[in-house]
Amino acid sequence: MHTTDICIIGAGPVGLFSVFEAGLLKMRCHLVDALPQVGGQLSEIYPQKPIYDIPGFPEVKAQQLVDNLMQQIAPFKPAFTLGERVEQISGDADSGFVVTTNEGTAIQCRAIAIAGGLGCFEPRKPAIERLEAFEGKGVAYMVKDPELFRNKEIVLAGGGDSALDWTIFLSNVASRVTLVHRGESFRGAPDSAEKVAHLAAEGKIGLILKSNILKIDGNGHLKEVHIANDKNEVTVMSADHLIPLFGLSPKLGPIADWGLQIDKSAIVVNTTDYSTNVPGIFAIGDINTYTGKLKLILCGFHEGAMMAQSAFKYVYPNQRLSFKYTTVNGVNAF
Amino acid sequence: MMIKITIEDRNGSRQLIEVPDDMNLSLMEALKAYEYSIMATCGGMALCATCRVEVLEGKDKLPPMSDAELDMLDTLPDATMNTRLACQLRVNEELENSVFRIGSEEY
Repeated sequence: MHTTDICIIGAGPVGLFSVFEAGLLKMRCHLVDALPQVGGQLSEIYPQKPIYDIPGFPEVKAQQLVDNLMQQIAPFKPAFTLGERVEQISGDADSGFVVTTNEGTAIQCRAIAIAGGLGCFEPRKPAIERLEAFEGKGVAYMVKDPELFRNKEIVLAGGGDSALDWTIFLSNVASRVTLVHRGESFRGAPDSAEKVAHLAAEGKIGLILKSNILKIDGNGHLKEVHIANDKNEVTVMSADHLIPLFGLSPKLGPIADWGLQIDKSAIVVNTTDYSTNVPGIFAIGDINTYTGKLKLILCGFHEGAMMAQSAFKYVYPNQRLSFKYTTVNGVNAF
Repeated sequence: MMIKITIEDRNGSRQLIEVPDDMNLSLMEALKAYEYSIMATCGGMALCATCRVEVLEGKDKLPPMSDAELDMLDTLPDATMNTRLACQLRVNEELENSVFRIGSEEY
């Protein structure tokens, strides 16, 4: 079990800067992020894009901002758990909280700051009858271990790059690979699209265009896939595995189950200190909502500072908080 | 100049909205300003597709899609040839008199 003062869920810019604000008040932080690296959207989605509205930086590249933040918070020695998603929160502000990830990592803390940004990116699920009944029983939304598919009959669905790439890859692994796509061509990645067309022409894969999977069936495990073409003619194909690849979409994920007040996929907060309806749990940055909310990094920085001031009473219940400027007091490393 | 656009909501009722063309607004931002219930989770980066719309009229006048929009639409399970991401459409005279239907809420 890890122990810290504030567990920060999300290691994007706002989560990172909160470590600094907490550190000034002598509170330690442990950050958890589902992505394998820090920086959130900035590192994952647009690392080389310039940002123009960070005070004091006329222009800064997203990844550079993340690197700078890491340098800024280094004196406060934050702990990181990366590549794991927080699943569960237990306890309360009086007895302390325990935050648990999908890998079983547990972090004991006095306060929690949710800086989850857009939320977790989860696979987009198509409307296929009985799809969820066969999740983990033949239906998978991502390829974790290709060996699982060796000498099996695989059906993939989708038209994006990952559908094309996995079709090509699995054609050398599985006994039969069929790609089902609703369109009549592939608009992205011309190289991959060409390769798929080539494999289909050679008979190495099945390519079913202008078609959709209607339903799936089986007996405890997936056995067959029902595919309808644009004339609504249905073919039934045997399959050991179905891999629908329709990209990822940002979802609140487990956060929705923690008893927090939610409005349109965002956490409702009190703007005095960005606290949620659960004492000891705060929400800062893009994941929260309030009247006049602006999803800006600079607003998230402000929210992190206010959160830290308020979290102090949970970490040091018997101490009085005195506000000090860094110019006067310096930055006192841990 | 005010651009006139007709919006069909998820219940099928239509409303004519007027959006200024000199504020660099996207159609997504205009829809939010008119309080249509769209999530627009990603804030306009073509990442979430929660602002997708079906173009019912005026498709041919619309500007071509960027790679980001193409990639996203290619990925979706239910996009049609008439689906666009509202966040990627700038409100200007190319949208005058067009008709859009708000996409389903799932995702």
